[in-house]
Amino acid sequence: MIPSAFEYHRPPSVAEAIRIVSERGDDARVIAGGHSLIPMMKLRMAHLEHLVDLQDVAELRELSIADGIVRIGAMVTQHELITHEGLAQAVPIVREAALLIADPQVRYMGTIGGNLANGDPGNDMPGLMQCLDARFGLEGPEGSREVAARDFYEAAYMTDRADEEILTRITFAASTGGYAYEKQKRKIGDYATAAAAVLINAQDGRVSRASVAMTNLSDVPVWSEAAADALIGTACDAAACDAAVAAMSAEIDPQEDSRGPIEFKRHVAGTILRRAIARAWARA
Amino acid sequence: MSDKMHIKLTVNGAPREVLAEPRELLIHVLRERLGLTGPHIGCETTHCGVCTVDMNGKSVKSCTVFAAQADGAEITTIEGLGTPDDLHVLQRMFHEHHGLQCGFCTPGMITRAHRLLQENPDPTEEEVRFGMAGNLCRCTGYQNIVRAILAAAAELNAAREAAQ
Ligand SMILES: Cc1cc2nc3c(=O)[nH]c(=O)nc-3n(C[C@H](O)[C@H](O)[C@H](O)COP(=O)(O)OP(=O)(O)OC[C@H]3O[C@@H](n4cnc5c(N)ncnc54)[C@H](O)[C@@H]3O)c2cc1C
Ligand code: FES
Ligand code: FES
Repeated sequence: MIPSAFEYHRPPSVAEAIRIVSERGDDARVIAGGHSLIPMMKLRMAHLEHLVDLQDVAELRELSIADGIVRIGAMVTQHELITHEGLAQAVPIVREAALLIADPQVRYMGTIGGNLANGDPGNDMPGLMQCLDARFGLEGPEGSREVAARDFYEAAYMTDRADEEILTRITFAASTGGYAYEKQKRKIGDYATAAAAVLINAQDGRVSRASVAMTNLSDVPVWSEAAADALIGTACDAAACDAAVAAMSAEIDPQEDSRGPIEFKRHVAGTILRRAIARAWARA
Repeated sequence: MSDKMHIKLTVNGAPREVLAEPRELLIHVLRERLGLTGPHIGCETTHCGVCTVDMNGKSVKSCTVFAAQADGAEITTIEGLGTPDDLHVLQRMFHEHHGLQCGFCTPGMITRAHRLLQENPDPTEEEVRFGMAGNLCRCTGYQNIVRAILAAAAELNAAREAAQ
């Protein structure tokens, strides 16, 4: 369980980190909390000559909420997402989801940026950020740009981020209305068998807006516009939930693994989505 | 190959310096280079929590931290919490409430519980269970561990009130 040797860098700024990564090319990678990367390196599934630690980059640690817009620096930890009272007020679904990630020790180290950049279909933050329609700020040698979370994920461990780009900031609107993050896992510290993020707004007893995203049921997170559309305009009754689950089911592509066969995962996905819709509606 | 790095740490309140390869894990630095064998090695895969130490005010699994990442950090291990002659309240309560059998998980349990009580001095039983979820015990069962932590919290709170 000892990784292969690497050279260690701890730059003070994003610009310096980008410079090191672009000079070293493929052999270099940034490390945030290390709680996805170090396990991979220990298994020798990742070999890197240079590790660029972002822990001293203060600009990546900022978290602000102003004019209804939430901005979270990539190095903000899951623990900080949970304990930030302002964030819990503005977007309570973030705390609810972060509490379901891993265990306390992992959450002190794991960052939102690492969770989003990693590209593991089991990570919870990507689906959540798609549900919230977040935008990711990326900085590279060519300058900076923004990508919608809904356009970021291409395949397992493949994202729109170029190797020499750093994910710097996550931005989304504060969400008013009902919310729920539901996750089925075998035990604490396990990735989801299935998870659902749901946001619902109600007006005059009907769903006026909805957003639905599923986790670990495909090689990328699944934001299901069709599932949300099935709810909009309804009183969120049983027929509407059935229609949303059917729409979601058509878009997921779970694979058999140690968490169960495909049929089981489809069943769990439906159950989890129903629970999430019911809870979000009750809070809407 | 990478060269060894000069790593400075504050461990249990005292400054320590070691030469280590960046890839060395913090748990190995603590156990093998600094002789602190309180934190144990169990799974080595970030699951069991027996390697838990306090790093800059966070409970971390030291099998999943590179020595290089810890450069400059303040570390507390079980050795820094109490001594055989002067046990920490948590150590005393684990003893009194039979919170251990083989004791393998205990250093990680107590180091984690210490941080938990710093953040939440008066936790409910559920909060203790949730806050201790990163630490596994293979023999005692969790009942007495949770009892011991709640008893330690009560004693610490009583002492705090008496002092006021
Ligand atoms: C036991 C265990 C259980 C877990 N359970 C869950 C779970 O249930 N749900 C869940 O979502 N996660 C889970 N995780 C993963 C954990 O949340 C990780 O911390 C997280 O996925 C990665 O964040 P990190 O900061 O540790 O990133 P790192 O491990 O440091 O990095 C991960 C990857 O992202 C890249 N990267 C990191 N930051 C940036 C950046 N700013 N810009 C560009 N690239 C970057 C790195 O180069 C690396 O390739 C678990 C981990 C463990 C060990
Ligand atoms: S040895 Fe570190 S978590 Fe098990
Ligand atoms: S006392 Fe034996 S593992 Fe916990």
